[in-house]
Amino acid sequence: MHMPLGRIPGKSSKYSWPNLKSQGAFLLMLLPGLIFYFIYLYLPIGAAILVSIKDYGVKSGIFKSPIASPWYKHFSFFIKSPYFWPLLRNTMLISMSKMLLGIPLAVMLAILLNECRVNKLKRAVQTLTYMPHFLSWVVIYGMCFILFSETNGLINDWLRTLTGSTVPFLTNPAAFRNLVIGSDIWKSTGWSAIIYLAAISGIDPQLYEAAYIDGASRAKTIWHITLPSIANVIVLTLILRCGTILNAGFDQIYVMYNEGVYSTVDIIDTWVFRTGFENFNLSLSSAVGLFKSFVSFLMIVTVNQISRHWGESLW
Amino acid sequence: MVKHSKNRIYNFTVNTILILIGLVCFFPMLYVVSVSLTPYEEYLRQGGIVLFPRKITFEAYVQFWKEPYIMECFRNTVFITVFGTMSNILVTVLMAYALSRKNLIFGKFFTFYCLTPLLITGGLVPTYLIVRNTGLLNSLSALIIPSLVSPYILLITRSFFSSIDSSLYESARIDGAGEFRILFAIILPVSLPIIATIGLMYGVAHWNQYFASLMYISDSAKRTLQVVLREMLNRASSMESDVVVPTRTLQMAGVVVSAVPIILVYPFLQKHFTQGIMLGAIKG
Repeated sequence: MHMPLGRIPGKSSKYSWPNLKSQGAFLLMLLPGLIFYFIYLYLPIGAAILVSIKDYGVKSGIFKSPIASPWYKHFSFFIKSPYFWPLLRNTMLISMSKMLLGIPLAVMLAILLNECRVNKLKRAVQTLTYMPHFLSWVVIYGMCFILFSETNGLINDWLRTLTGSTVPFLTNPAAFRNLVIGSDIWKSTGWSAIIYLAAISGIDPQLYEAAYIDGASRAKTIWHITLPSIANVIVLTLILRCGTILNAGFDQIYVMYNEGVYSTVDIIDTWVFRTGFENFNLSLSSAVGLFKSFVSFLMIVTVNQISRHWGESLW
Repeated sequence: MVKHSKNRIYNFTVNTILILIGLVCFFPMLYVVSVSLTPYEEYLRQGGIVLFPRKITFEAYVQFWKEPYIMECFRNTVFITVFGTMSNILVTVLMAYALSRKNLIFGKFFTFYCLTPLLITGGLVPTYLIVRNTGLLNSLSALIIPSLVSPYILLITRSFFSSIDSSLYESARIDGAGEFRILFAIILPVSLPIIATIGLMYGVAHWNQYFASLMYISDSAKRTLQVVLREMLNRASSMESDVVVPTRTLQMAGVVVSAVPIILVYPFLQKHFTQGIMLGAIKG
């Protein structure tokens, strides 16, 4: 092929033949994904807006159902309903606890793994801590059953032998909330430590050597070198998690909870699911889902603005 | 000398804590496997404490495979995991590659179009309505098509492709190779870490998916393993007398069967994915 000197094909003029051919190929590559995006990611947003301002009836469908009067009926119903504050409180409490316990533990695990000088032990612990990440919540629910059930769970058998009394982990609202938070930490800490391990592995080893020469102990280098070096990553993950604070773990809670513990673990998402699929109030469910999605959107945008101050940004 | 012994205490402390953490992760898994292998009478007699079963039986597993529709459900899960993950990877890679090219026309618009769903979603009920209106209800494709591309995974893949040295791409173009050839013959062979990573992410999500199956599937023979297992775990706690209540050992056999296949995939991909995850974690 003849090419004029000094012209790189990738940057050639927009209308040159090789470029147009490439554009055709690009569009062909994008096409299946674009169609998928339109139908299953964008249409639901449109449907959410329509259904939540209408009184959806199964027979009339999305388009023929009448507009609710006033159109914001379902939104205001939810905000004024007695569910609103308890749901918001449970959601925030659970997701804040998961975040404020989970992040420090993951950082700690990453630091410990980095300090470990026995390679085999390091790899074994890393593999073991990743593993729960691959288990489904249904599987973990099964584990909780056999460990924490009051009648024949292992932990309660031990408690019975040691103290003579048992703890109703699965039916007591307060104990159950701790179980939800604890099992989430058990499942995700190993996995979330990866990002901190990556950050630690990027620290210049000369910093440590210089500190040892100056007589610093290894414990001291954690405080004065490791932690300050990964502080920006910690702050960034903390901020990003704040943006998704309304996601308290729908998959987990819906699989694990029961009616007896609604008072502490019923969150916005589980309520939306029950309202839609168990009480068949599709309009109310869509309205609350949309409301949550909108608030989350605002939070992520805000949080991203804040994280720009640390020189990091999502987009 | 003092420093040396200090260092030994330090190492000892670090290693002990790590071993404890490892045990906390390992113990529940070991216990589940032990219970599933213990004869039920033995389990009852020991008051539940069977860390290392003295007698081993596969009775619970035999029982598990006798559950109604269990073979079909297992096959469905394998099918959506294998076939679903393959389609996920194909569509995601094609999209991510096109989006990562700097000379893509309307590149800004397409990127915006593909990343907005990260921030705003329709929610459960509206998505259900769309799935129903597109005629997927009660078919296995409802478990594959509505989750064809994850915007988050697309973002990671695109970042990976953008980070590949562009001279590789430019030289292929000077040689006159078409975009599809460049992608499959040049870019993909150096992208194994990201393929392994996203394959694992999609695969785990398919194997473990519960809600899609719960919402979209009503036919007993079309359910997936997680739904069957959840139903089995809850059957015990309900008081209906006419259904056979599964024993704890049977339930744990179900837990093991639902968990082990996906855990077995991990060591094969481990080499690649740590690298891929780190990239995703940093960029994403």
